[in-house]
Amino acid sequence: MTNKLTAHDLTLIRGDRCLFESLSFALESGGLLLFEGQNGSGKTSLLKTLVGILELESGEIRWNDVPVRQIRQAFFESIAWMAHRVGFKADLTLVENLHFESSLRSTSMHRFDAVLERLHLSRLKRLPLRSLSAGQQRRVALARMLLSDAELWLMDEPFTNLDREGRELVLEITAEHLGDGGMCVIAAHQDVPLDVPTTRIAL
Amino acid sequence: MTVGNVTTPGLIAGLLGTAQRDLLLVWKRPGDVLNPLFFFAMVCTLFPLAVGPSVEQLEFAGPGVLWVAALLAMLLSLNSLFLSDFEDGSLEQLLLSPQPLVLLALGKTFAHWLTSGLPLVILSPLLAVAFRMPGETIGVLMATLALGTISLSLLGSVGAALTVGLHRGTALLSLLTLPLAMPVLIFGARTVSLAASGDLYSMGIYALAAYAVGALSLAPFATAAALRISNE
Amino acid sequence: MWTFFHKLASPPHFYRLAKTLIPWFAVPGYLLLVYGTYAGLFLAPPDYQQGDAFRIIYVHVPAAYLSMMAYMILAVAGGIGLIWRMKLAHAVAASAAPIGASFTFLALATGSIWGRPMWGTWWEWTDPRLMSELILLFLYFGYMALRGAIDDTAKADKASAVLALVGAVNVPIIHFSVEWWSSLHQGPTLVREGGPAMDTAMLYPLLAMIFGFTFVFGAMLLRRIRTEVLHRERRTRWVKDLVLAD
Repeated sequence: MTNKLTAHDLTLIRGDRCLFESLSFALESGGLLLFEGQNGSGKTSLLKTLVGILELESGEIRWNDVPVRQIRQAFFESIAWMAHRVGFKADLTLVENLHFESSLRSTSMHRFDAVLERLHLSRLKRLPLRSLSAGQQRRVALARMLLSDAELWLMDEPFTNLDREGRELVLEITAEHLGDGGMCVIAAHQDVPLDVPTTRIAL
Repeated sequence: MTVGNVTTPGLIAGLLGTAQRDLLLVWKRPGDVLNPLFFFAMVCTLFPLAVGPSVEQLEFAGPGVLWVAALLAMLLSLNSLFLSDFEDGSLEQLLLSPQPLVLLALGKTFAHWLTSGLPLVILSPLLAVAFRMPGETIGVLMATLALGTISLSLLGSVGAALTVGLHRGTALLSLLTLPLAMPVLIFGARTVSLAASGDLYSMGIYALAAYAVGALSLAPFATAAALRISNE
Repeated sequence: MWTFFHKLASPPHFYRLAKTLIPWFAVPGYLLLVYGTYAGLFLAPPDYQQGDAFRIIYVHVPAAYLSMMAYMILAVAGGIGLIWRMKLAHAVAASAAPIGASFTFLALATGSIWGRPMWGTWWEWTDPRLMSELILLFLYFGYMALRGAIDDTAKADKASAVLALVGAVNVPIIHFSVEWWSSLHQGPTLVREGGPAMDTAMLYPLLAMIFGFTFVFGAMLLRRIRTEVLHRERRTRWVKDLVLAD
């Protein structure tokens, strides 16, 4: 089954600044959407408008041709969100955090051990998150994406704080997800060298 | 619409999961619960020091002092309700979850009451005895505090959601919440006073219960709306 | 019908409409106030119990009524702004708040001045209506403080709308709880079963003052909304054209 995310004529004004105007694009299963631009160019804001965190001045976002505003809860079942901040509690362990995640949304907890193994997190799973390094916390955020059953991944600067090996891992995981018929939106200030159908939006 | 094997956890799982997570956090960091309790006890001792040790006066002022102290202690604990979630990005994940935000907010408020309101109710007899409150009145005090703190947690969650992430949010939170909380204070303190003087007090208990039910059915919606606005 | 609302909600249209409306509010408003003040001070007979001190109700009652009405405007306009995303409604709420707070303060001040000869004290704690007004003033302070604390206008609009709605639900409860808290005050004077208890020579100036204050309130509100709209739309084409045309 294929899914489709379309944006029509998006305009966003924050305070006195117009961040983007009349922006339209479409994304289908297996495709990658890339928001490129310098810091402060509005990449993150664009990502946030896609999921409705920020309110658009005008325009509409549709998921499988239905306006997202009408099916917000159902749309949220289909997305996984990786922001700049990890979105986990620093006082809880990896297991506790991901367990909470599974009470919020559909997750494949049977893959739990395999995913942690792959991200080199197995040895750290009983430690509170605050004792992990920034790069390791990034991997924990990746674990959320891998465990979720969502088709649409939205990632804000996924390469930050990662070493070369970590970056390769992100690329590999993303390619795999797209290969399985998923779709991905990435906001990044550097290139994402992947051999997949890519739509680029320069901001 | 979505792939067949997607099964979102039930609504109760979301509500209880959020409450359970917050309780676990408090368990790992008990100071957050203890500080408002100490504050409660300290404000209660401030009054006799300021007013004088006359037993008559203390008996008379007791219900009011205990209630004001409880109200302030609740306010103190409310500030952190959504703050850490806002700062570490957890709030964003809650907003983007397929679970209704109203229930998640209710789960967090429930955990807040369990860790802030309930301890006050349990501690109150100890301080009430110090204010020479008779045994039967202490029962009334605990009942009013139990019902009142539920309302305060719910009302306060709206204020906390509106001010989360704001510069000088703490002072603003008190400014927003205190006028809204006045009926709770009036019903709570007056009911205990009436009970202490042997008058009919059931009306106050009913009013507090009605307020709590009203707050329970309306406040979570306001909190959820406020959280979406504050996270923009 | 819908096109009418749509047009009403368009800022440039409302800006022009408000300009034509203001005199229609201001002129009858000030005329009524002049008549009401004169009749209230000189034509109305002194109260058989309160003497001349009662005359302050000609300011107190309209101010108290407008303080409640302005808060309802905050809540209703905020609700409309939240649900239908009408920007003009938020501008209305933002403009109404300071006026409402001023009338609340006026009601409190006149009530307190009236209390001096009546009760022998500037502040009578047992009076439930003064207490309700005081809490209402605190609600206004909270509302304006929240607006002031949020830099982004759109965000401030929405957050304060939620607060006003929660506050509006609470206002009757506050009133009821304060009534219960104390029951020592003279009963409602104006509206009583079987017609008003007031002498008509006292009543007519009061009605004139109530309507006069309401019209003046309307004129003040429209003026403030015009300024607010102009400020909010300062980046738009029509405001720039307007400024250049002058």
